[in-house]
Amino acid sequence: MSAVLDALAALGAGGIAVLRRIGRASLLFVAMAAGVGELLRKPGLVVAQLYGIGVLSVLLIAVAGLFVGMVLGLQGFYILSQFSAEATLGVMVAASLVRELGPVVTALLFAGRAGSALTAEIGLMKATEQLSGLEMMAVDPVRRVLTPRFYAGVLSMPLLTAMFSALGVLGGYFVGVGLLGVDGGTYWAQIEAKIDFSEDIVNGVIKSLVFGVVCTWIALYQGYDTLPTSEGVSRSTTRTVVHSALAVLGLDFILTALMFGN
Amino acid sequence: MPESESPPLVRVRGLCFRRGSRVIFDGIDLDIRRGRVTAVMGPSGTGKTTLLKLISGQLRPDRGTVEVDGVDVHALDRAGLYRLRMRMGMLFQSGALLTDLDVFENVAYPIREHTRLNESLIRRLVLIKLEAVGLRGAARLMPSQLSGGMARRVALARAIAMDPMMILYDEPFTGQDPISMGALLKLIRGLNDAVRLTSIVVSHDVRETAEIADELYVISNGKVVQHGSPEAMMRSDDPWVRQFLHGLPDGPVPFHYPAPPLADELLGAGT
Repeated sequence: MSAVLDALAALGAGGIAVLRRIGRASLLFVAMAAGVGELLRKPGLVVAQLYGIGVLSVLLIAVAGLFVGMVLGLQGFYILSQFSAEATLGVMVAASLVRELGPVVTALLFAGRAGSALTAEIGLMKATEQLSGLEMMAVDPVRRVLTPRFYAGVLSMPLLTAMFSALGVLGGYFVGVGLLGVDGGTYWAQIEAKIDFSEDIVNGVIKSLVFGVVCTWIALYQGYDTLPTSEGVSRSTTRTVVHSALAVLGLDFILTALMFGN
Repeated sequence: MPESESPPLVRVRGLCFRRGSRVIFDGIDLDIRRGRVTAVMGPSGTGKTTLLKLISGQLRPDRGTVEVDGVDVHALDRAGLYRLRMRMGMLFQSGALLTDLDVFENVAYPIREHTRLNESLIRRLVLIKLEAVGLRGAARLMPSQLSGGMARRVALARAIAMDPMMILYDEPFTGQDPISMGALLKLIRGLNDAVRLTSIVVSHDVRETAEIADELYVISNGKVVQHGSPEAMMRSDDPWVRQFLHGLPDGPVPFHYPAPPLADELLGAGT
């Protein structure tokens, strides 16, 4: 009997701990969202973070986009050529990238590179008492440290996604047109004719914005809520990558169903 | 009114605080008098740092009140608490310098955040503060290039940047070599007297702290064990206070961690 009660108590305690975490994360989100006014007066704070979060991710995103596009070109060509439809290779590559692979793969790479770095940075600032130091100087660390990073992440994600997709389309072009003999004019003309601005591009941008919010929020929350020890920071960094990846893949399904499910 | 008769700057009454099921403070009362260096001492893990966090409003007590300059710290809203903190400085054990800014910018940080002074005035203020701690020449070094003692002195310059009424020192002497220790002792006492600060030093370095303190509080097991002037405390008959202040290896706090008799354990080891 007592074993059952213990199990129930443990379940209840676990549930309360999860709800507390959700509550803390939600409060942090509200505080960061409310901090936008101050950032409009001090845009330099966001610009400085855009470099660390966005610019330093460019090389990874660019190389990954190029390779993903090249693989799509190769695989697409072999499948489409079985139906003599290789002329539509451009549409296949571009639609896959703009609708799905661009936002999703960029978000996964972003979580691995920028997200983990954000968690480690904020976590170490907490462990080394820098956040408490700011509090004692009457400076709100959420406004001054977390909010600029949040908006920098949210702004970076759509730009990185656009870069990923554009380089992917070029990668598909190099393989399809350069190596496998698809007609170059057809490749571009098909993309121009079949890729719809609101249906494909705008929906892709919306996805990337949602992923930007979610990935940056998770990374900052994990850093801010970390146990201030080396083991705590290490665990939080891992959690950032795992939670972000799962959230991106789950949200991608929901967003795709809402956008294209009709 | 002489300072000794004026109301204390910090008045702690009936303070209770627990972490989980562990009681840290069980109804302690403290008075920190203006213009004095008051040391709060006790063994590791007695919650000395927690006390500073309760005084500065970083933590909330379960019961009891903390008044700073007549204001109940835990009744303040966030804006009120921040206004009060602008009149307090705190020296963290690690220094807590912002690692992406150099020494100059670290000291300038609170001035830039809270005032609209022009750049040349900020420069002068920062150089004066750095000169006070002897590190004007290190203005352009990054925190990673400083020794532990230098980092604490920079942190001290930052803590006095806004000319506070009180400074809280969290274990300022831990891990310092004798020269850094001497410099910090001189600075804490010197700053306190030169700009009429009130200082609270939390430490377990007895000899050093007793040297500069006007008043000592010894806390243990969530209670104030004794308080008074360092000289009176050193002559205390209380066995626990004697053991702590004189660093005796055995006494009310036993040398041996509780264990069954050694003979029983050795003879029973094979079974």
